[in-house]
Amino acid sequence: MSDKTMRTDLGRVRGLGSAKEGVHHWWAQRLTAIALLPLGLWFAFSAPGLIGADHATAVAWLASPFNTIATALFVIAMFHHAQLGLQVVVEDYVHGEAAKLTVLIAVKFAALALGVISLYALLKIAFGG
Amino acid sequence: MVEFSLPANSKVKSGKAHAAPAGASRVKKFKIYRYDPDSGDNPRLDTYDVDLDDCAPMVLDALIKIKNETDSTLTFRRSCREGICGSCAMNIDGTNTLACLKPIDEIKGDAAIYPLPHMPVVKDLVPDLNTPYAQLSSIEPWLKSKSPPAPDVERLQSPEEREKLDGLWECVLCFCCSTSCPSYWWNGERYLGPAVLLQAYRWIADSRDDHTGERLDDLEDPFRLYRCHTIMNCTKTCPKGLNPALAIGEIKKLMVQRI
Repeated sequence: MSDKTMRTDLGRVRGLGSAKEGVHHWWAQRLTAIALLPLGLWFAFSAPGLIGADHATAVAWLASPFNTIATALFVIAMFHHAQLGLQVVVEDYVHGEAAKLTVLIAVKFAALALGVISLYALLKIAFGG
Repeated sequence: MVEFSLPANSKVKSGKAHAAPAGASRVKKFKIYRYDPDSGDNPRLDTYDVDLDDCAPMVLDALIKIKNETDSTLTFRRSCREGICGSCAMNIDGTNTLACLKPIDEIKGDAAIYPLPHMPVVKDLVPDLNTPYAQLSSIEPWLKSKSPPAPDVERLQSPEEREKLDGLWECVLCFCCSTSCPSYWWNGERYLGPAVLLQAYRWIADSRDDHTGERLDDLEDPFRLYRCHTIMNCTKTCPKGLNPALAIGEIKKLMVQRI
């Protein structure tokens, strides 16, 4: 393992030092998980009620204040939680720095874009755009 | 980027078979991983038939018997033969454990013995543990105090404070846990692994140590600490019955208390 470098094992292990961060990521992942428990259950049980409904019924359901707010919270918590979790997966398995950075940027941008698109659609329905 | 099979020179081939002596009454097959990097040959699996009626009960006893009587080239680490030194850590019957604490009777069928997983192999059952040893050094596993007493005075600790070290001091640093952890397999260069994190917590939990904050500072890192995804292989495999996953959880709790 140490045949690639003449650096000592301790020097190699100490490396660039501690990032002195990570606890906020960990905490945010737990908070969003707690939030998603009621929000996810609510969405999973109420959204299937719209199966087979026509467009007007679905729009009217989403436009009710409670449903708009709950769906918005669900979308925000879900995309935030998803990008936090995918970041961990990428850091676990993608080892080249360039590849890792590329995938991380793609994940973060995609989560933000999809979240904003969802919220825009929701607000448009809620405020009858 | 992704390799789905072993490199050609890492594929394990079948090796030599060593039959038990004539008149053996209760024969058990030991299939043992053999590898000598200097030879240029692939690793191979040698089979040794051991007469259990002429062998002491533990796997280490069988290994020593094989080395003494059948094949002196078989290489493995051992010292105390009673679970204190941590030298004879290896993968037996699919689980990392200490050969000296593993009864042969607990293994159903042939006994498969490999070195600790995912470490470079020095020879046969001897893994290269230089990286985990360096990781242990990096957490400075000794008492550090800003308020040392006079040299002729003891460092006092209440029985309750001493109790917090139970389940931590017993670790013999065999690295069965770290080498059973998938997160350590994938990121062993940067993730400290359960053994070293348990040692780090042993000093964090020690009431006589004043460097708790600095220790937590050094651990707070997406890779050093937070590669732990509570897979729990560490706790499941520990031959001393310790719980490294719990120690890591305690470190994570302290991190949140600091926010």
